[in-house]
Amino acid sequence: MDVVVCVKQIPDPADPGELNPDTKTLKRDTKLILDESDSYGVEMALQLVDAAGSGEVRLVSMTPGGETGGLRTALAMGAESAILVSDEALAGSDALSTAKVLAAAIKRSNPDLILTATESSDGYTGTVPEQIAELLDLPSVTFGKEVAVDGELATVKRQTESGYDVVECPLPAVISVTAGVVEPRYPSFKGIMAAKNKPVEELDLSALGIDPQTVGWAGARQEITEIADSPAREAGEVVVDEGEAHERIMAFLDDLKVL
Amino acid sequence: MATDQALADELVSTIKDWVDRDVIPNVAEFELNDEFPQEMFEQMCDFGLFGSTIDEKYGGLGIDITTYARIVEELSRGFMSLAGILNTHKIGVTMIDRYGTEEQKEKFLPRMCDGSFRAAFSLSEPDAGSDTGSLRCKAEKDGDEWVINGTKMWVTNGTRASLVMLLARTPDDRITCFLVEKEPGENFEGITVSKKIDKLGYRGLETVEMSYVDHRVPSENVLGGEDGIGNGRRYALSALELGRINIAARAVGVAQAAFDSAMKYAQQRETFGRPIFEHQAVQFMLAEMATKLQASRLMTFDAARRADAGERVDMEAGMAKFFASEAAFEIAMSSMRIHGGNGYTTEFPVERYLRDTPLMIIGEGTSEIQKMVIARKLLERYPAE
Ligand SMILES: Cc1cc2nc3c(=O)[nH]c(=O)nc-3n(C[C@H](O)[C@H](O)[C@H](O)COP(=O)(O)OP(=O)(O)OC[C@H]3O[C@@H](n4cnc5c(N)ncnc54)[C@H](O)[C@@H]3O)c2cc1C
Ligand SMILES: Cc1cc2nc3c(=O)[nH]c(=O)nc-3n(C[C@H](O)[C@H](O)[C@H](O)COP(=O)(O)OP(=O)(O)OC[C@H]3O[C@@H](n4cnc5c(N)ncnc54)[C@H](O)[C@@H]3O)c2cc1C
Repeated sequence: MDVVVCVKQIPDPADPGELNPDTKTLKRDTKLILDESDSYGVEMALQLVDAAGSGEVRLVSMTPGGETGGLRTALAMGAESAILVSDEALAGSDALSTAKVLAAAIKRSNPDLILTATESSDGYTGTVPEQIAELLDLPSVTFGKEVAVDGELATVKRQTESGYDVVECPLPAVISVTAGVVEPRYPSFKGIMAAKNKPVEELDLSALGIDPQTVGWAGARQEITEIADSPAREAGEVVVDEGEAHERIMAFLDDLKVL
Repeated sequence: MATDQALADELVSTIKDWVDRDVIPNVAEFELNDEFPQEMFEQMCDFGLFGSTIDEKYGGLGIDITTYARIVEELSRGFMSLAGILNTHKIGVTMIDRYGTEEQKEKFLPRMCDGSFRAAFSLSEPDAGSDTGSLRCKAEKDGDEWVINGTKMWVTNGTRASLVMLLARTPDDRITCFLVEKEPGENFEGITVSKKIDKLGYRGLETVEMSYVDHRVPSENVLGGEDGIGNGRRYALSALELGRINIAARAVGVAQAAFDSAMKYAQQRETFGRPIFEHQAVQFMLAEMATKLQASRLMTFDAARRADAGERVDMEAGMAKFFASEAAFEIAMSSMRIHGGNGYTTEFPVERYLRDTPLMIIGEGTSEIQKMVIARKLLERYPAE
């Protein structure tokens, strides 16, 4: 079974950089790393291929400037190869453009399964996976916390607010997975060394047959109209116990839907 | 060959991430109970740490001494015992790699890569520690076998090891190193774990007394073959020279952890209306700690880089081990002072640092022995006119 994992390379959240006031988008001129959200998809793909007994895990990423740091991390974990799409004309791409590019790259091979994270850690619109599925005319399952594959059928435990649904879906399909489904492995030293020599195919728009006018700033159908600082953290609520503190704490947690 | 810098950085940062995420938050759970850190050990195997210094020709990764020392530092920053699980194995690897016959290298090194076949190093005896010349454990030739009798002390990883680098006295009245193959466990063909030593720190991995009664070793297991007979002490001391760099690296790791903890606490804890960091006495302690830490690290990696360049570093390694181990103990103690009463409790890791650091002062040659080595070298380098 061949699995393609979409992996986004993002600025290190520990050192997030800043927004460009003109374009209102994140500056990506720092070193980029593997989005931690995607390490779960990579792990799940490796486990599924392992369970299937044959096949391989391939990566697809759209990233400015030919950056491969995050891809190397996923290759060191055990993925076999990667496609990296970089093109000047992609600057300003909205989520739909991103999905077009990723879908075109995925189409180059015929994977049995496409995994993504539910949402990225930097942009987190949480819309790219579904758009890829639509563009490829494939079924889409979201919020997968556990995925099992049996022949042409995937069984997905789909996270809900109160538990999970069990969803069955024919393959190929696009499944977005949540963090915490599996424990992403650390790359081994051998893996890190081997990753240096694994193939990363760099493609531009013409190689993918995409008209530059339909992506990037030219093709963006979304517009960022305003950006603002997130509100400062407010002081927490102090619960003084007058015999009923436990009830108030329970009510508070209930409101947060964490119970 | 020197490890590529970018690759070295990546290997070290992989270990650092793991230590931060999975080691530091979990050590306290089992350390005091002296439980073997099975899960951490398995992850170390998965990383490939046990074969990391073995030549690629034998299935290892062939990383250099400096990179290995950086990894040891990171492991020790989280939990010094992890470096201990690795270290006797590394000594075994170094001895076989430097002095083993080609057959011995081909037989042992490939098996030593994945962590399933690990080495212990057994020089010390109840009455022979610093004085390595006074070993009593005996090996006598019988046909094409050697028969071993005696008691060895302080065998770290002795129970779980599959291979013991055993130093014993041969009939030439000199010391020979035997490659003792055994099954992990407390008893094997005349080898018995006669005592498990309860230790102040360095907990989680076993340090044991081992007795040998008529244990037989085939003659091809003399390290270095026929030529190795009588040369065991020289082989061991040469491997310990590298070992000292790693002990120094451990000291740097624990000292870094003790310093980090103190620095954080000093900015959080308030007395007399301000963070204790603003009291000059506390600032001075931290300034001294940081300076000693910096000196320790520079000395350690200077010795490591020289060793990688092929220089003999007995003096530099001795200096680094002596300085860094004493500094680590002082830094751990200062860290405890800064933590006040909290530092004396098991709620904070500082008490562990204070229990772990004396080992670096004592193991693989005490500070006194290091000073003797340094002084001897000084005489060589500055002969009388
Ligand atoms: C008008 C406009 C202009 C923008 N201009 C820029 C710009 O110039 N530069 C820029 O960097 N961003 C820009 N962005 C942000 C960009 O649109 C999003 O970051 C991108 O479309 C992905 O969306 P997301 O991160 O929200 O994906 P989500 O939908 O949250 O991602 C879900 C999952 O899809 C996969 N995925 C998403 N993106 C990628 C990717 N690139 N490669 C591989 N897998 C991926 C991952 O598995 C991810 O976890 C712009 C956005 C808008 C609206
Ligand atoms: C936890 C632990 C693990 C160990 N693991 C191993 C192992 O895996 N393998 C192994 O072979 N050994 C191991 N050792 C043994 C260790 O190397 C010895 O304990 C160490 O070398 C000191 O020897 P000793 O204990 O016999 O002390 P002694 O030699 O008895 O020394 C006692 C004191 O006298 C001082 N002294 C001795 N001689 C002189 C001198 N000539 N001049 C000045 N001062 C002197 C010493 O510095 C020390 O202060 C381990 C020890 C410990 C504590």
